[in-house]
Amino acid sequence: MNQGSGREAAVPAVPRPALSEWTRGRTLGLKTFSGGVHPPTFKNLTEGIEITAAALPERVVIPLGQSLGAPAEPCVSIGDEVKVGQKIGEAAGFVSVPVHASIAGKVAAIGRFPHPVGGERPAIVIEGDGTDEWHESVCPRENAGELTPDEIRDIIREAGIVGLGGAAFPTHVKLSPPESKPIDTVILNGAECEPWLTADHRLMVERPTEILEGLRLIMRVLGCDRGFVGIEENKPDAIEAMRAAVSDGSGIQVEGLRVKYPQGAEKQLIDAVTRRRVPSGGLPMDVGAVVQNVGTAYAVHQACYLGRPLVERVATFTGTPLAKPGNLSVRIGTLVSGLVDELGGITGDVGKIISGGPMMGIAQFTLDVPVIKGMSGMLLFAPGEIDDAPPEPCLRCGHCVDACPMKLVPTTIEKYVMADMIDEAVAIGLQDCMECGSCAYVCPSKRQLVHYFKYGKYIASERRKAEVTEATKDEEK
Amino acid sequence: MQEHLLVSASPHIRQDVSVPKVMYGVVIALVPALIGSIYFYGLRALWITILTVLVCLVTEAAIQRMRKVPVTIFDGSAIVTGILLAFNLPPGVPWWLPLVGAFFAMAIGKQVFGGLGFNPLNPALVGRAFLLASWPVHMTTTWMAGRDGTLSGIPMRGIDVLTQATPLAVLEKVNEIIADPSSAPHQIVQARQVLLELGSSDSIVNLFVGNVGGCIGETSALLLLMGAAYLMFKRYIGWHIPLSYIVTVGVLAWIFGGADGLFSGNALFHVLAGGLILGAFFMATDMVTSPVSPKGMLIFGVGCGVLTSVIRLIGGYPEGVSYSILLMNVATPLIDRHTRPKRFGEVKKDG
Repeated sequence: MNQGSGREAAVPAVPRPALSEWTRGRTLGLKTFSGGVHPPTFKNLTEGIEITAAALPERVVIPLGQSLGAPAEPCVSIGDEVKVGQKIGEAAGFVSVPVHASIAGKVAAIGRFPHPVGGERPAIVIEGDGTDEWHESVCPRENAGELTPDEIRDIIREAGIVGLGGAAFPTHVKLSPPESKPIDTVILNGAECEPWLTADHRLMVERPTEILEGLRLIMRVLGCDRGFVGIEENKPDAIEAMRAAVSDGSGIQVEGLRVKYPQGAEKQLIDAVTRRRVPSGGLPMDVGAVVQNVGTAYAVHQACYLGRPLVERVATFTGTPLAKPGNLSVRIGTLVSGLVDELGGITGDVGKIISGGPMMGIAQFTLDVPVIKGMSGMLLFAPGEIDDAPPEPCLRCGHCVDACPMKLVPTTIEKYVMADMIDEAVAIGLQDCMECGSCAYVCPSKRQLVHYFKYGKYIASERRKAEVTEATKDEEK
Repeated sequence: MQEHLLVSASPHIRQDVSVPKVMYGVVIALVPALIGSIYFYGLRALWITILTVLVCLVTEAAIQRMRKVPVTIFDGSAIVTGILLAFNLPPGVPWWLPLVGAFFAMAIGKQVFGGLGFNPLNPALVGRAFLLASWPVHMTTTWMAGRDGTLSGIPMRGIDVLTQATPLAVLEKVNEIIADPSSAPHQIVQARQVLLELGSSDSIVNLFVGNVGGCIGETSALLLLMGAAYLMFKRYIGWHIPLSYIVTVGVLAWIFGGADGLFSGNALFHVLAGGLILGAFFMATDMVTSPVSPKGMLIFGVGCGVLTSVIRLIGGYPEGVSYSILLMNVATPLIDRHTRPKRFGEVKKDG
């Protein structure tokens, strides 16, 4: 791989996973979980490309809701001058985080704009003035090494940090377990098991020290002295870089994991690293573990040491229609359409645009969506790469049962949901499903299993809400 | 460019497998056995197979037209049913028998329930069971000896009535004579001699290669195993059902199948004779009619094995593979219900 760099620079043809990658993924003795699938990774498009800073955008659209929980409430008005890192939206409740200006300029609009999670959602638009001047609240901390757990947690919350792996759960909430749930293990998720994505990979190669410092801060918040970094074995350079950065006696261990999707799913990662199984319906804290993405740990370091709120992240922009795929460090709120132009634009037709990876990502109807905190990448497919085969009747082959990492029977759950037997579906584990897509990936009948699980969960929650309303009405009578 | 974007639910990539791929994979796996049957029984075997396949295709197309649903005869499933039905017929059947059987298999075995994926029973076996019940004489006497072999796979001496049948039928007859207290001593001596020959290495080799009488597709264990290996390599079938089925039959035959009390049976003979290899690898593994979880598959295989052994050793028929698979097909929903895998992190509830 050291030779022929001229050829590597060219746009690669549709790659197939190398045999070595395949066999490495099956090396015996590597930690992993039961079930799962082996999709081709296509990571070679971007895994060797260094993170570069995207050009400063002239305009950003910063959604007020970028995480699970309540959206932030705007604390600026149209026309206000803002600087980088200035808070523009205030957290609304405990499970909510503030949002910050990612460029300096003027608030141009507050309204509803396309959101990568779907539809149009409230957002603040800032027109940049090109100065990139940081807000006075942003200043490095000399004493970051001596912060108390409560101080760190407050900094994380004020910095608007959420899980950067994709789910975007507010980090300070995860770092506030009740007294009854002592935490003894923190696991950093560097598995990056989604095909195509390489943002975490590059971050681990290029910023290992900062990531590990972030991990130490998280361990300090939780008062535990055991930390792991779980990395799939197809990233040997990341494993090496992280291992080299670990200091002796730090209680931190870098674990190589078997290459298998979804190795980076929270419960599967805990199972692989600690052999503890989070109970059905439970949380990682029930087994004394907390999982954070490596990008999140990096953001924690940036917040605690540099005082910087979460205004930029690393994301992978990839796919065969893209002229120059790459890993970019981008400001939150930058429109993806602009970034695509920056990467040389699009060659040929685009048939599908996916925010995130191909297994769990969300299909987009436009490129004019902003980068949000939880966006690990944007993936473009040419029309010929789209899988749009229509579903056929279930053959009951049982491949979905083998593939399900949660050990469910996807085919039966799907049939219950289709028959509107939601209670029966819940009884056999609908709510345990994390929508990883392994079942639909292996299905020879191309059934849209995940779609029905999402729908079933939605109906279940709607019915629960309706029952609660009904109950309160009865009480009022 | 953005007018033609597909917006659909995740996952956005799928494994390169499809229903036709699976079905044509099974067809490919059955080809060696088909070639073998043409070698052993002549072109007749091929004509019967082509006839059943054509009737299956036409029947399915006609019914789907009547039901006003898309015609899916090229997904390969009707071809598989046709081949499997032919494989379950004696090579000497009159021409109209496969025709009626194939129509029944497709119409009553499959389309009545809604087509592929909805049939509770293996369609090919439904066809065979229907034929066996309706025309038992045609179905049990039209055997043909293999090319330069004998019907039973063992040498015939003169007009020896004991060796004028398929291996399993010979075994049944011989065991009857030995167990019958009214048998004359010379009959018992002769029966013992035949029993020895059935278990001899020559006989086992004939069974393995397929140089014996039997249904069109079931004779050659060797060629069937080649196809099965291909299916397993492609992961279109798992090991759970075939292994548990075959091991169960072998163990039960060893324990109860002998003429000299317990543990005197010939396991290898029972495994290779009759339709066990064909049934275990190609019919019991039918995805639609077998359980979906590994545990369920094991129970299914053991159940098939027990029923096959009961029919062979105690029942009136010399062979019991097809009926036992049909019976276990019926039990599949029940097995599925009670063999749901333990969920990740499932906590046992009290009571």
